[in-house]
Amino acid sequence: MTEEIIIAGFGGQGVLSMGKILAYSGVMQDQEVAWFPSYGPEMRGGTANVTVILSDERISSPILHEFDTAIILNQQSMNKFESRVKIGGTLLYDPNGILHHPTRKDITILRVEGARLAVEMGNPLTFNMIVLGAFLKAKPVIKLENVKKGLEKSLPERHHKLIPLNLAAIEIGQENLEVVHSV
Amino acid sequence: MSVLTEKINAIIKPENLVYSKSPLLNDDSMHYCPGCSHGVVHRLIAEVIDEMGIQEETIGVSPVGCAVFAYNYIDIDWQEAAHGRAPAVATGIKRVMPEKYVFSYQGDGDLAAIGTAETFHAVNRGENIVMIFINNAIYGMTGGQMAPTTLVGQITSTTPHGRNVDLNGYPLKITELLAQLPGAAFVTRQSVQTPAAVRKTKKAIRKAFEIQAQKKGTAFVEVVSTCSSGWKLSPVASNKWMEENMFPQYPLGDLKDTGRADASLYKVKG
Amino acid sequence: MGELRLMKGNEVIAEAAIRCGCDGYFGYPITPQSEVMETLMTLRPWESTGMVVLQAESEIASIHMVYGAAGAGKRVMTSSSSPGISLMAEGISYIAGSELPCVIVNVQRGGPGLGTIQPSQADYNQATKGGGHGDYSLLVLAPASVQEMHDFVILGFELAFKFRNPVMILADGVIGQLMEKVELIDQRPRWTNEQISEISGDWATIGKSKVRKKHVITSLEMDSNMMENNNLRLQAKYNKMKAEEVRYEEINCDDAEYIIVAFGSAARICQKTVQIARRKGVKLGLIRPITLFPFPEKIISGYASRVKGFLSVEFNAGQMVNDIRLAVNGKTRVEYFGRMGGIVPTPDEVEEALEQRFLKEDLCRY
Repeated sequence: MTEEIIIAGFGGQGVLSMGKILAYSGVMQDQEVAWFPSYGPEMRGGTANVTVILSDERISSPILHEFDTAIILNQQSMNKFESRVKIGGTLLYDPNGILHHPTRKDITILRVEGARLAVEMGNPLTFNMIVLGAFLKAKPVIKLENVKKGLEKSLPERHHKLIPLNLAAIEIGQENLEVVHSV
Repeated sequence: MSVLTEKINAIIKPENLVYSKSPLLNDDSMHYCPGCSHGVVHRLIAEVIDEMGIQEETIGVSPVGCAVFAYNYIDIDWQEAAHGRAPAVATGIKRVMPEKYVFSYQGDGDLAAIGTAETFHAVNRGENIVMIFINNAIYGMTGGQMAPTTLVGQITSTTPHGRNVDLNGYPLKITELLAQLPGAAFVTRQSVQTPAAVRKTKKAIRKAFEIQAQKKGTAFVEVVSTCSSGWKLSPVASNKWMEENMFPQYPLGDLKDTGRADASLYKVKG
Repeated sequence: MGELRLMKGNEVIAEAAIRCGCDGYFGYPITPQSEVMETLMTLRPWESTGMVVLQAESEIASIHMVYGAAGAGKRVMTSSSSPGISLMAEGISYIAGSELPCVIVNVQRGGPGLGTIQPSQADYNQATKGGGHGDYSLLVLAPASVQEMHDFVILGFELAFKFRNPVMILADGVIGQLMEKVELIDQRPRWTNEQISEISGDWATIGKSKVRKKHVITSLEMDSNMMENNNLRLQAKYNKMKAEEVRYEEINCDDAEYIIVAFGSAARICQKTVQIARRKGVKLGLIRPITLFPFPEKIISGYASRVKGFLSVEFNAGQMVNDIRLAVNGKTRVEYFGRMGGIVPTPDEVEEALEQRFLKEDLCRY
């Protein structure tokens, strides 16, 4: 099994940390992982994206042209990455702020209203965990217990009290995954 | 045997001995020109190290310039630095061997032109090193070009009509600037043109090494010096020229002697 | 098995340095490698192992601090990225000239000039052909994974002391920012003064004891005959490196008709290209030079008479390709493909380039 994922959105949406938690969770599941971020000025308020690869085998290129899954959180990223989902692959997006919705018919298109749900949860910072939950529902590549371990590993000790909140957000994401189009 | 030789031999007796060369100075004849101040300062450093009994714990950093071969004369371990980088090299040595004595030895071009950044930041960090600065207002090694400390109107091979402020800017009083830095523990300017001046300079160098032992910050000793060859003057005339021209611009004496500053003066609040 | 962690390439440089008993790090911040010093400063090794970490006022000062500390027989290092390495060129030449051991990490970004902070391999020539003045060589290691960032710090110090020569770890922005699993070595002690005396006591400037002559570390020699001898000694050392330290990795070369040569993160990308090409029935292999100096010329010249062509894939305008051409010496075709300015090609892009440069023409010819 190899799952090649791009997570893309604005800096500040928790794109990189979502990727990091996913990568740590992969490590907890004894998988090979790679996490490669866009870096530099892009990090500061502009677009941010991160490639995460989870695999049972040694990972070759961390730079990819096509992805099994694209998790898309703003319009710029939609413009850039919709075309780069492999045929038969998955595009998961949050419709918040999206004007031009994905149109491809050869991929599965899923959505989760992460931004809205996070506000409803009373904590906008849980946004990325809601999206992560939706992804894990769509692609159960990582067991939930390993996500919990991944959270423990990736969050500094002083933030461990936030783990239950994060897990609750993941659950909400799992419950609110909507299928737009399926192949 | 001539009468003169007989007379000399009659004088050479242990009971008549008033001075002996420091055991740390070897017998290599120095490459310095007659009248040059370097030799005297080398001797003083050797004497201080010997008298403090720290030969086995001292590492010297020699510069690029006339003193590049300082390592040939004083019997301690030496590392030869690139042009201007002696304070950085000395920092590296001292940081990994804080128990040792480390000193840099630089001329005006090395310390105050190409190595200004390294000089300032080593002093500003308050590195526990001794920095010896030979200021003779000219580049000796490369053949008498303008130095940052060359005086206005002074003739050098790159200011053949005299240093012109419009063209070359002003003589750099780097020692005054360094004395402003909180990391500086002891900053002094001395000279070696008379026996009395030599004695004072030796005291200053000794004090600088003692400050290093006490870890009080950077100890900086400028020695206003002559360069007979570069100035194209006899040694005697050089001393006179130095006293008349250099000393008014580079007055002798201590500029700072307080130890490095208290960090709390600079601390953020809250 | 050592501790397993998920870490960035840059962070692991710091962790490996502490764990292998490094005595000192001197550096200056520059993207994309600032995490090296940031990690060190966060971990505060001066409290645990006694390792010194100092933020210098410039890369020039950093490398000369390294020069000074290396003279003390200590295991010291610095890291920077391309523009900073240019500033260090002077000091690197002095360190090579006075034969001191140290490790220098270059997490390359695109140039020339201020260029870009995005990944590049455009400092290949600078790293392998000198970079500073005079006839000298660094031993250059090119990591292609976060694990190798870790391993090469340790190997780098071993080789630096074996040859009394600076070792450069030539990484790039991809490997520096990439996070992967890495197995860390257990903490090793720093060398004691006694060990340093034993290992480097015949040259280090650690204070002249009464029983030995003074040590002078210098690259200066006014007598040309002696200076030529110094150069001959250096060249003999570089030849010994060529004889003993060539490292490379071969992937799918046994039956290959075409071979890509790529180092560092370019090699990771090309591994995937090999998979893509093989799925299409193209017998493609990959040689990954691990040491860029000494360059693995023998393995390349060995394949030269067996393959239809080599493709050098580099994030630059074609630098390593010249070393491949020298090794191949006209026996087969050698082509180059690369991107510049911080653009990293994808595996598919490389595969297209291979088709364009070789397969289409070769098919026409048959």
